[in-house]
Amino acid sequence: MRAVTRSRPAVLPGRAAGRSAGVRETGTAGPAGPRNRATRIVVVGVLVVVAIYFLVPVYWLIVASTKSPAGIYGSQGFLFSNPMFATNMVQVFTYDGDIYTRWLVNTVLYAGVGAVLATLFAAAAGYVLAKYEFRGRRALFNLVLAGVLVPATALALPMYQLFASVNLTNTYWAVLIPGMVSPFGVYLCRIYAEAAVPDTVLEAARIDGSGEVRIFFRVVLRILTPVLVTVFLFQFVGIWNNYFLPLVMLSSNSLYPITLGLTTWQAGSIRVPELLQTTIGGALVSVIPLAVAMIVLQRFWQGGLTEGAVKQ
Amino acid sequence: MALPRAQRRAAIFLGAPFFVLFAVAFVAPILDALYNSLLKTQHSGYLGLGGSRIVFAGLSNYWLALHEPEFLASYGRVLLFGIVQVPVMIILATVLAFLLEMLSRRWSSFFRATFFLPYGVPGVIASILWGFLYVPGVSPIISLLHDVGISPDFLGYHEVLWSIANIVVWEFTGYNMLIIVAQLKAIPRDLIEAARADGAGTWKTNLHIRLPLIRPALILTVVFSIIGTLQLFNEPQVLITYSPYITSSYTPNIAAYNQAFTDNNVNLASAEAVILAVVAAALSFGFLSLVNRRPR
Repeated sequence: MRAVTRSRPAVLPGRAAGRSAGVRETGTAGPAGPRNRATRIVVVGVLVVVAIYFLVPVYWLIVASTKSPAGIYGSQGFLFSNPMFATNMVQVFTYDGDIYTRWLVNTVLYAGVGAVLATLFAAAAGYVLAKYEFRGRRALFNLVLAGVLVPATALALPMYQLFASVNLTNTYWAVLIPGMVSPFGVYLCRIYAEAAVPDTVLEAARIDGSGEVRIFFRVVLRILTPVLVTVFLFQFVGIWNNYFLPLVMLSSNSLYPITLGLTTWQAGSIRVPELLQTTIGGALVSVIPLAVAMIVLQRFWQGGLTEGAVKQ
Repeated sequence: MALPRAQRRAAIFLGAPFFVLFAVAFVAPILDALYNSLLKTQHSGYLGLGGSRIVFAGLSNYWLALHEPEFLASYGRVLLFGIVQVPVMIILATVLAFLLEMLSRRWSSFFRATFFLPYGVPGVIASILWGFLYVPGVSPIISLLHDVGISPDFLGYHEVLWSIANIVVWEFTGYNMLIIVAQLKAIPRDLIEAARADGAGTWKTNLHIRLPLIRPALILTVVFSIIGTLQLFNEPQVLITYSPYITSSYTPNIAAYNQAFTDNNVNLASAEAVILAVVAAALSFGFLSLVNRRPR
């Protein structure tokens, strides 16, 4: 895990890396000295205990994914016994046709397409709200802010009614369309654009004869890159983790994302021992890519979150 | 202050995709829920077999929801849950953020990554994982505790709520910690050095300089946590498989969901969704005005 952490800077585009590193310099270095050494041992001790708490379920998952259903019930859960990881993985990917692969592809599609479009739309709307002065701008922004605070699950039930009336329920669109909307993204983009896009640059581009839309795609998007990465990550993880919306919208399991698919396996695992294995194996497979991404991209979250939190 | 024509066209072109979708996914559902909550299905004839029609119902769905003991109990449950879980999580996140500041950069980034990792695990999958750690026979934790003479029932009538709270703490502490860390990093270094020069120790600087300065981050995390708590759904829904004490109206959200999809009462479900949104708004704004009232 530390190797991954250390290799981070290599994958970072210049600007964001420079900005985060710059911010980090302002943090105070840990104090040294004999009295502080004792303090530091206590601090590290506490942090290690907390780290164990956060890692235990994942460790258990790794161990359990190597066991047979009988082994899951019959052996100490934190210890390996009769590893059969490969068999279990084959089971995960072949059970019920290759439905798990389908769920994986669906999830990547929902989260990938949804997050890319949501980010682009949020950037455009945030830029408009920040840099074009028109009547009702303030009201529109407040409406978006209200959208941030409305519980997503309170929206899902009425959205089901609406989508049902135009026959969109139980289609890819039912999950994709809501995923393309990120009020929080608009909020972040507006704040960032206001501070980071200089009016002089826009004026200069206009004098050069660039069209307004071209200015947005050529100049503004580039300046907004750091916050766009954050918006994309938030939306991607938000959609990837979403359960309530697909649960409400979808009924054919070929359209399910992983979260919904795995819960159907989990609910069945009480009666069908095989499903216990596929649930655990499937959970492991789904956790790995995002956990790695989470660690590798950690500093992007931080960069964008500062924009949102500090300028409240 | 009318915009030049080219700018007006660009503003519409660039703003339209988001605002059209926002209307579809946010405004329309809210209006639809409000409208549906004011209607009801009326059955006619003997035993209601003479057909049904939809009629205006005034506020009767709200009256019905607010007089349903189970529905009110679900609010009491998430309120109790929130009063305990939100402070525990935010305090833990704050303490961790401060402790990380005391470490060298390499170690702090290692721990930060570890604490943040659960945020990448979807809520339902986290619940599946913890569910296995709560189920006797599968859970190595229960068997270890059993060996030292303790036999906990994580899925019992009283315990299961706190088992759910544990899952939520596990999922979101690292995320909240990161928001706080971000703001800690933004504190100008000379401010801390000036305090040090005035003879303030680590604890004094933390308590009197840093803590007040991260207030916006704390407010943000608390508001998001309040909204999240009210929406509680995934964790109890997954644990239903293991615990008979999680009822069909365990949380407001589960109640509304079952009202819509099990009892097929869309109108009552709409009223319950509206109530949820109103309560969330009231609590968020209530909290915000509470913290903003204090002199700075």
